[in-house]
Amino acid sequence: MSFDEIYNIALMQGFAGLSLFSVLLLMGLGLAIIFGQMGVINMAHGEFMTIGAYTIFLFSSLTESYAPGLMQAYFPVAILAAFLIAFGFGWLTEWALIRHLYKRPLDTLLATWGLSLGMQQVFRSTFGPKEVSPTLPDWLMGSWSPSEGLDIPINGLFVLALTLLVTGGVLLALYKSRWGLRVRATVANRPMANATGINTKRTDRLTYAIGCGIAGVAGAAFTTIGSTGPTSGSLYIVDAFLVVTFGGAGSLLGTVASAFGIAQTQSIAEFFLTGSMAKVLTLLLIVTILMIRPQGLFASKIRR
Amino acid sequence: MADKKDTIPAPLTDEQRRKVLLGMAAAPALMVPGVSFANAQFPTAKVNTTKLAVTDTEVIVGQLHSATGTMAISETGSIQAEQLAIDQINAMGGILGRKIKVIKEDGASDWPTFAEKSKKLLVNDKVACVFGCWTSASRKAVLPVFEKENGLLYYPTFYEGLEQSKNVIYTGQEATQQIIWGLDWASKEKKAKTYFLIGSDYIWPRTSMKIARKHIESVGKLGSVVGEEYYPLGHTNFNSLINKIKVAKPDCIFAAVVGGSNVAFYKQLKAAGITGVKQFLLTLSVTEDEMLGVGGENFAGFYSSMKYFQSLDNANNKAFVEAFKKAYGPKSVIGDVTQAGYLGPWLWKAAVEKAGSFDVDKVVAASPGIELKSAPEGYVKLHENHHLWSKARIAQGMPDGTFKVVAESGELIEPNPFPKGYQ
Repeated sequence: MSFDEIYNIALMQGFAGLSLFSVLLLMGLGLAIIFGQMGVINMAHGEFMTIGAYTIFLFSSLTESYAPGLMQAYFPVAILAAFLIAFGFGWLTEWALIRHLYKRPLDTLLATWGLSLGMQQVFRSTFGPKEVSPTLPDWLMGSWSPSEGLDIPINGLFVLALTLLVTGGVLLALYKSRWGLRVRATVANRPMANATGINTKRTDRLTYAIGCGIAGVAGAAFTTIGSTGPTSGSLYIVDAFLVVTFGGAGSLLGTVASAFGIAQTQSIAEFFLTGSMAKVLTLLLIVTILMIRPQGLFASKIRR
Repeated sequence: MADKKDTIPAPLTDEQRRKVLLGMAAAPALMVPGVSFANAQFPTAKVNTTKLAVTDTEVIVGQLHSATGTMAISETGSIQAEQLAIDQINAMGGILGRKIKVIKEDGASDWPTFAEKSKKLLVNDKVACVFGCWTSASRKAVLPVFEKENGLLYYPTFYEGLEQSKNVIYTGQEATQQIIWGLDWASKEKKAKTYFLIGSDYIWPRTSMKIARKHIESVGKLGSVVGEEYYPLGHTNFNSLINKIKVAKPDCIFAAVVGGSNVAFYKQLKAAGITGVKQFLLTLSVTEDEMLGVGGENFAGFYSSMKYFQSLDNANNKAFVEAFKKAYGPKSVIGDVTQAGYLGPWLWKAAVEKAGSFDVDKVVAASPGIELKSAPEGYVKLHENHHLWSKARIAQGMPDGTFKVVAESGELIEPNPFPKGYQ
């Protein structure tokens, strides 16, 4: 094998790691807000991602039958719609279910798990039990090959760009906006935040809905790499919790770091070992590190 | 029930011809005049000596699939096809003058539930036979129940072989009918010398790949295996694997990836520049059903090894596709297992009529040698080992999501669930 080929494979393998990193980060981001900031164990996180994915599917089918000329342009609009729809459902869920349970955080686990089962059945009844995949615009398919033997997946590039955009947006909003200030105040000390005139109920609802909206965007992005079925969400939920817990709940930077660490370990191990062994190795590492540092990689400094 | 002589490969002996006539063609014609006539000929006391749920006017059968849970995606097609066959049989007057009534149970993609429900069907409902199961895991779970209660199961899925039971009729193909013929074709037609084996990490892909490796390396001497990889069910990130494939540069990617992973696998292959134009890929796990999720544009140019494709051009299949679409909508598709599910009720009908009885032992005894000329896949015959003689086919995926059959075994392939030299 020539030097050129090794160089190309190394580049593509590096990108494989980056691509997995962006997937894991996008998966964990919404949960980092809901679980990390609010302490709500949202087992329905995966289903909110599925909502986003089905939104893309709906848009693609509608565009295909009513405005085939717009096939190349529908995708960005559909992603925005995925955010809004998941946001709306998140808002409703918080109002109907979550707000009654803030004082019983463990019960949110049970309640949202029930919600996730219910949502799965709704998906099944609405869209059928078979997996679907939307027709993607041509510019999202295939590979970008700057030189012979080097293929960088375009959908991977797209997910990477989207992840950077969303992560940047969330970081900016959380640390530079009034909403972010209110969220951080509410998380730090709810009664005190209330006393200073922050409407903590509204803040909670908005935060939860934004977390769900981001989950919707993640689901929408994943239609470019996988399929969508009623139970797709349950595939993502474990990885999402893994990323957030490993990074340290409450720390967005931790989520970024942990997604990067897990992705690189997994993809490098996968290249040199077999797929199942790579998973075993990654999980073993995570378990060991969590045994030594139960609070995760980055823990927010709080007095206990 | 068109008697298409040209679809029958081997000429029938007179005796066989008489059996076929008795079993398939003549029976419905005899039954049309009146139910009372048939029941006078087949009194309940005579056709049912083992206290099955058979009355003068109806016979109860069970159907045991996952209507909910993760396997519902795959099993829905089998449920629909079996129901369609039963409806058609009833419209023709039923079996021995009795209408078939179905009790549907849901295995819910959970193997202990399958075992429990099969017990309920056999012990409480006393069904005459059961059409059901899809995964090997669910079949293994119900097998002891069927053997203990002496039930009869028609199992529709292509599977890894290495099993044979008095109480099960396997209407799908076992490993040798799908894998070995497919590999030989790859070696002969595509001149493949190096093979990369990829599967999901559970019993069916692992056993299939074990057989494939034996065939490639020692028994068939086709060439060498340059990689063998398994990924957990539900795995959706194949980029590292794809890089490994690029390093190994195999002539043939031989894949048995199932479920949601399938979709991610083909989408990412395409995104990494591995397409049907550049790379030869043969799979054991993409039928028309999977194609819905994978998307034609991602599978275009790759090959699938099955015994049935919806696009098969014969009169039986045209009638079947038309009836299926009429019953379940114009957008419904028919995969390999759906067709195998459709065979179950017809095989049972032929066996019952040959035996002149619903008793499981008599039906089982009458089963070997049963022939179906009306099968959508073409003529099939039931072997003594309870598997079907059937043809193997290779089809290429088209960009619109259909399959174009490119090769077909000339002869029916003898089923051999315990191939020598492959253990």
